[in-house]
Amino acid sequence: MKQMTFYGTTLSGVEPEPYSGKLIVVEGPDGVGRSTQIANLRTWLEARGHAVLDTGMTRSELAGRGIKEAKTGHTLGRFTMHLFYATDFADRLENQMLPALRAGFVVLTDRYIFSAIARAVVRGADPAWMRAIYGIALVPDAVFYLRIQSARELAERLVISGRGFDYWESGTDMYLGADLYDSFVEYQTQMLNEFEQMTGEYGFQVIDASRPLQRVAADLRRAVARVINRRTPRITPADTTQPTVLQPATGALGEPTSMAQDEQLRDQQGASTQGKGAGLI
Amino acid sequence: MIQYGQHQFPGKLFIVEGTDGSGKSTQLALLHQWLKAEGYPVFFSEWNSSPLVKETTKRAKKRHLFTPTTFSLLHATDFADRTERDIIPPLKAGAIVLADRYIYTAFARDVARGCDRAWVRELYRFAVKPTVAFFFRAPLDVAIDRIISARPELKYYEAGLDMGWTDDPEESFKLFQGNILAEYDRMVGEFGLTKIDATRAIEKQQREVRRIIKQHLTGQAATTA
Repeated sequence: MKQMTFYGTTLSGVEPEPYSGKLIVVEGPDGVGRSTQIANLRTWLEARGHAVLDTGMTRSELAGRGIKEAKTGHTLGRFTMHLFYATDFADRLENQMLPALRAGFVVLTDRYIFSAIARAVVRGADPAWMRAIYGIALVPDAVFYLRIQSARELAERLVISGRGFDYWESGTDMYLGADLYDSFVEYQTQMLNEFEQMTGEYGFQVIDASRPLQRVAADLRRAVARVINRRTPRITPADTTQPTVLQPATGALGEPTSMAQDEQLRDQQGASTQGKGAGLI
Repeated sequence: MIQYGQHQFPGKLFIVEGTDGSGKSTQLALLHQWLKAEGYPVFFSEWNSSPLVKETTKRAKKRHLFTPTTFSLLHATDFADRTERDIIPPLKAGAIVLADRYIYTAFARDVARGCDRAWVRELYRFAVKPTVAFFFRAPLDVAIDRIISARPELKYYEAGLDMGWTDDPEESFKLFQGNILAEYDRMVGEFGLTKIDATRAIEKQQREVRRIIKQHLTGQAATTA
């Protein structure tokens, strides 16, 4: 059981209480493969007997439909859009994520507050304002950031996957480039910069997503297993004022050395098991 | 991001606030008529008016989907649309904008629902500061009598029934309105609201309002009718 900790403001009517589930966030830019990875994780977790809830932006009962309709018309003002997304987030937090966490579910969320903050900030919103609004968010048990080298790499992936360039994912509302490609690259470059800035601030665990899908999936599974098996340190009242203290150290997973060590360890264990088996035969 | 108190526009923004039944809408309508008759370009804007957010709000109210936080956020969304569409452009064009309810409604109501005072103020930091914000103050019993006698039934959120304080709509409404009024009272000093005694005759209140508004209209362009 772990005590609920929020980044800032506590929600009205929500008592911060101990919960037995895990809130696991997968963040990363458009087209990096988040939804594929989440689908894989879900299957894997369920096979291991964990109840899973997955959720993502604009999937709230309250505001999901309204946002989609508004985006179709391209009629949203900037502030309106930022706050509509915050509404969607709060509804999912209170009505999906918190109940599931109390009930012991592993909650996998495709993006969290970080994408919402990044999108708003590249569109000129005050970073401190966005952070204050999203102060209602629960501090997750882990944030896995699927990092990619460059926006051009993302663009290549989009083309190869056949998805092509989307109006909003290309930041077309910001008039950044002569065509969708230029606009996409410029917009996603700015988004990547925002994510980089948040990496330390929010204790993202970085996963190198430039590698093949299966490698990324294996890293994610290992990291998620570690979160699920982790024994939660007791929270002292002093800690609650600095929620980031509870986050694991930055980038531990992203550093090739620690990853390599991890694999080495596993290989050694595998080898020794095989060794024993061989001995028995 | 241009913040509350920092906007500079040629137009003027006058807003009215007060509990339900304080008579503020009547006063604003009279003011509207007068300003139009005087030849000023007037633009009228009311609370919960965003066509974009309307459907979502309607559905949520009907199905009781709101929590205090999402109620607060969706109304802030509505207000943002209203600001970007109905308030800033006419102010830039030099018009007089009249608003029935403004951010102070949210501050009073959301805090009465238990939302954090500082957080709710933060949500609305993008709002334009009004030229004058009138607060029509009616004592609780007067306002409650006006509303209860005028309506066949109190609505769920209007009566604060979502808070689960009591199942009796009238009782809940009284508790809720009491909390709201207390919040308004503390905002008078905080935001420099202009308090109008809403128990006096309608004509008297209107005279006072017009006198105050006139002081802010020097230099405003009026086309002589």
